[in-house]
Amino acid sequence: MTKHMKDLGGATRRDILVGSAVAGTGLVVGYSVLPHLTGGAREALAAGNFEPSLFLTMEPSGIATVHVTKTEMGQHVGTALAQAVAEELEIDWNDVRIDYPDSHEKWGLMITGGSWSVNWTFDRNSRIGAAARMALVEAGANMLGVPASECSAANSTVTHTGTGQSTTYSEIISAGPIDRTFSEDEMKAIELKKFGEYKLVGTSVPALDIPAKIDGTARYGIDVFVPNMAYGRIVTWPTRWGAMPNSVDDSAASGIDGYIGTEIIEDPTGVQRGYAIVLAETIWAAEKAADAVSVDWDLGPNANVSTADILGYAKKATADGEGFAWVIDGDTDAGMSNAATVVEAEYETSLGYHGMMEPMNCVAMEQDGVWHLFTACQWSTRCTAMTAEALGVEPANVVHHQQYAGTGFGRRLEPDAMIPAALAAKAAGRPVKLVFTREQDVMFDFHQSLTYQTVKGGVNVAGDLDTMVHTVCSAWATKRQAPGFLAESVDKKGKIDPFSTNGSDHWYNVPNQYVRSIENIVGQSATPPGQLRAVAPTWTMWAVESFLDEAAHAVGRDPLEFRTSLLKAVGKNVGTPPNTVGGSERLRNALLVAAGRAGYGVKPLPANTGQGIASVTSQERGSPTWTACVAEVHVDPESGEPTVRKLSIAMDVGTAVNPDGVLAQIQGSAIYGTSRVLYENITMKDGSIEQSNFDTWTPMRINQVPEIDVSIIQNGHYPAGTGEPVVTVVGPAIANAIQAAVGARVRSWPITAEKVKAAMQEA
Amino acid sequence: MAVLNINGVSHVVDAPGDTKLLWVIREGLRLTGTKFGCGIGLCGACTVHLNGEAVRSCQLQLSDAEGATITTIEGLDPKGQHPVQKAWLELQIPQCGYCQSGQMMNAAAFLESNSSPSDAEILDAMQGNICRCSTYARIKQGVRRAAQMMQEA
Repeated sequence: MTKHMKDLGGATRRDILVGSAVAGTGLVVGYSVLPHLTGGAREALAAGNFEPSLFLTMEPSGIATVHVTKTEMGQHVGTALAQAVAEELEIDWNDVRIDYPDSHEKWGLMITGGSWSVNWTFDRNSRIGAAARMALVEAGANMLGVPASECSAANSTVTHTGTGQSTTYSEIISAGPIDRTFSEDEMKAIELKKFGEYKLVGTSVPALDIPAKIDGTARYGIDVFVPNMAYGRIVTWPTRWGAMPNSVDDSAASGIDGYIGTEIIEDPTGVQRGYAIVLAETIWAAEKAADAVSVDWDLGPNANVSTADILGYAKKATADGEGFAWVIDGDTDAGMSNAATVVEAEYETSLGYHGMMEPMNCVAMEQDGVWHLFTACQWSTRCTAMTAEALGVEPANVVHHQQYAGTGFGRRLEPDAMIPAALAAKAAGRPVKLVFTREQDVMFDFHQSLTYQTVKGGVNVAGDLDTMVHTVCSAWATKRQAPGFLAESVDKKGKIDPFSTNGSDHWYNVPNQYVRSIENIVGQSATPPGQLRAVAPTWTMWAVESFLDEAAHAVGRDPLEFRTSLLKAVGKNVGTPPNTVGGSERLRNALLVAAGRAGYGVKPLPANTGQGIASVTSQERGSPTWTACVAEVHVDPESGEPTVRKLSIAMDVGTAVNPDGVLAQIQGSAIYGTSRVLYENITMKDGSIEQSNFDTWTPMRINQVPEIDVSIIQNGHYPAGTGEPVVTVVGPAIANAIQAAVGARVRSWPITAEKVKAAMQEA
Repeated sequence: MAVLNINGVSHVVDAPGDTKLLWVIREGLRLTGTKFGCGIGLCGACTVHLNGEAVRSCQLQLSDAEGATITTIEGLDPKGQHPVQKAWLELQIPQCGYCQSGQMMNAAAFLESNSSPSDAEILDAMQGNICRCSTYARIKQGVRRAAQMMQEA
C-alpha cells in the first residue's frame, strides 16, 4: 500500500540533470522531461526537454533555492527537506532558501500527510544535493586544472586537497556552463553520508518559515486578494450532508449595501449536493446577507440520524460479522479454547473535529481559460481534479497556488472550499473569495469517524497473551477520498480501508491474531469521514493499548513488564531496513526510556494519582515511529475529574533531521492528543452537528497544559515521521493512569469526570 | 466615512458603522497579520491594541474604534523587533503561525501592565488565546523571556 503510493509520489525512473544553458544563468537540478535522454543537460535545456524549476535551482550568486512541494502547516517541513539537500550539497546554510511551487503534474503526487514528508523524501533529497555537489566539484576541478578526485567541497567552496587552491560555488556557476547527467543507476550508487558524519542534518537550524510568522507578513490562504473579486458566503446547510436548496427568498437582503445576489448551484462531485451562496462586494455585506436570506431546503437522506444511530449500526454490523479480515495469524480459535484467562472489552472514540485556527477558504479566479485556486491545500492533485470536475474543465486547466496553512491536520486534503468558490466565481463571472465561518468549519468538517471496536484476548497458562481477536468499525475516509487505495482483504472476500485499520496490526508478539475491519455505512453518509492527524492509530492504538493494560491487570502482571515481554524482535516482528530495522525491540527500548524518565513504579505519588503506560507504532506498520508515554494523572475522588499532571514521552526517530523541530512536534502533538481525548467532542442530532464554535467545542488552553518531558532517541536509522505518533499514545496512557489512580476503566471518549465517576462506582 | 488611526497612519474607511473592526482591518485595509478565528471573541486570533489595551477586533465595530489609537502586529514595532517578537523568534515558537499575531499582541499588552509576571499570571493572561498547534509550552517560556528582555532594556 505504502509502496504503491510512494511510486506515485516521484517519477524516479528518469535521469537527473544538473545543468545551465549558458554561462552565468545559474544552475538547475531536475528530471529530464523525456525518459531515455541521449544528449546531456545542455541539450535538454536547449530543447526545452527539462523542467528547470524542479527540486533545486542555484543562482550565480551561489544562493540555492529548494522547491518544496509539501504544505507548510506548522511542521517546518521545508526547513527539514532543505537540510537534507544542503547536507550533501555542502553549501553554507546561509545560502539556502525555500519556495513552494504551484501545482503541476511534473511534481508527481502532491500530498502532505501521514508523517510521510521527511520519511519519504530524505533519501531522494540527499541524492539531489549530492548530485549537484558532484557536478560542482567536477566543474570546479576543471577550472582549477586539477583532477576532481583530488577535490572536496565544504561551505559552498571546492578545494583541491593537495595545493589548497579553491573556488566558490558562485564562481563555478558564474563561469558555467555546467552539463552533467546522472542516470538512475548512478543516482542510486551515490554514497551518502552516514549518521555521525552529518554537519547540518541533526542540528536545530532556525525554521525558514518563522520570521514571516513573527511580523504578520506570512500569507495564508485567507490573506489572498485578487483584483475585482467578490466575496462569497455559503448559507449554512441544515444537515451535515445531503441538503439541497430548493429556493431562496432574498428580499430581506436586497437593501444591504454591496449585496449582489444569491446563487443556487448544484455540485456534481457529491462533496455536497448543492449550495446557496451569497455574493457581495465586501465580506461584511456577504455576512449580513447570508444571515438575512431565507432558504427552503430539501434536507436529504440523513435528516434523522443521530450519534446513537451511528454507534448502533456499528454494534449491529460488528455482531453480525460484517467486514473483512485485515490480519489472520496463527489459529485464534485454538488460542481462545486453550486460554486460561479470556479478557474482553469494547472501546469507542467520538467524532472528531480538526479545529484548524484558519477556517477553510479559497479565492477562485478564471483567466484565459485557466482556473486559479489560491488557498493552502494538502492534496493539490486530488483537489484540483475534483474542482475541474465540478467546473466541467480539464484538470490541466486548474492550477493550485500554495499558501501557508493555518494548520492542516488532514483537513486540507479536501476540496470543499475550492469547489464552491470556483462554482460561485463561474456563476458570478468574476473572482470570488470564500471563507467558512467558524460555525461552518465545525459543522461541515470531514470529521474523524466515530469508532467502535471490540477486543477479545486469550492469556495462556504461562500468563502470556497469545491470542487477540479485534474488530474495528468506522466510516472509511479512503472510500470517499481515493477508492483506488482500498486494499484487498487478507481473506480475499472484499475491499477494506487500510487507513481506517492501520495500527491494529501491531508489533507485539501475539501468535494468534485476527483483525476484522468493518465499514460504518450510516456514519459514511451522515458524517462524511476525513483523515485527522495520526489517522487510524488514533483509535486502533486506543483499543490495543487500553486492552493490553486490562489484560495485564486480569492476570496480575505489571502493564510495563507485560508489554516488554511481548516485544522481542522475532518472527514477523524482526523488522527490515530502512524503516522497521530493529523491529519490536525499538518499541521495547522506547517503553523503557519513558518508564525510566517517569520513575515508573518508583516515584512516590500522591493519593488518587497514578501512572499509566502505553506504546505505539504509528502511523503504519511499515513506517512506524516507535513511541512510548507514561501519563501521570490525578483523579478527584469526589467528582471523578481527571487532571493530567505530567506526560513523559520517548520517541525513537532514528535520525532527527532538526531536533528542535522534532521537539516542537512532540510537544504540540502531546497536547493535541490530550485535548482530543479529554475535552473535544462532536455529536450529531437530526443529521446536524450539535457543536458550533469554541463555546461548545472546547479544546485545551494554555492554563490546562501538563508538564511534558520528552526523550528523543537517535540511533542512526532512517528518519521517522514525528508529527503524529504522540497523538495516539497519550489517550491510552491517560486511561491506563486513571485505572492506576482509582481503579476506574473508561473505554470511550471523551474521558469526562462523569464517566470516571461512574467507572469508579463500578470498580 | 470613518477615519481610523492604525499603526500611526490615518485611514479613511468607507463601511457601515456596525462593520466588525476585524473585517475593516484585514479585508478592508488588508493588514492581514490580524486573523479571523472564531468571530465570537473566544480564540484571540484577531487581537489588536486599542489605546494600548488588547482587544478582540471581531467583537468591536468600526464606530467603536473611531478616534482611538489602534496597533496591529504590523505596527507593534517598526522593525518587527519588539521584545515579544524577539522572544518568539529566539524560542522558535510559531508552528503554523496563524494564531501567533494574536498571541504576541496579547502578550505585549499584558507585559505593559505586568512587567515581571509569575507563571500563574502568564497562564491566566494567555488562556484566552487558542493555539491548535499547541505551542503553549513555548508561549509560556516566550512571555517569560520577553519580560526578561524588557527588564534588561
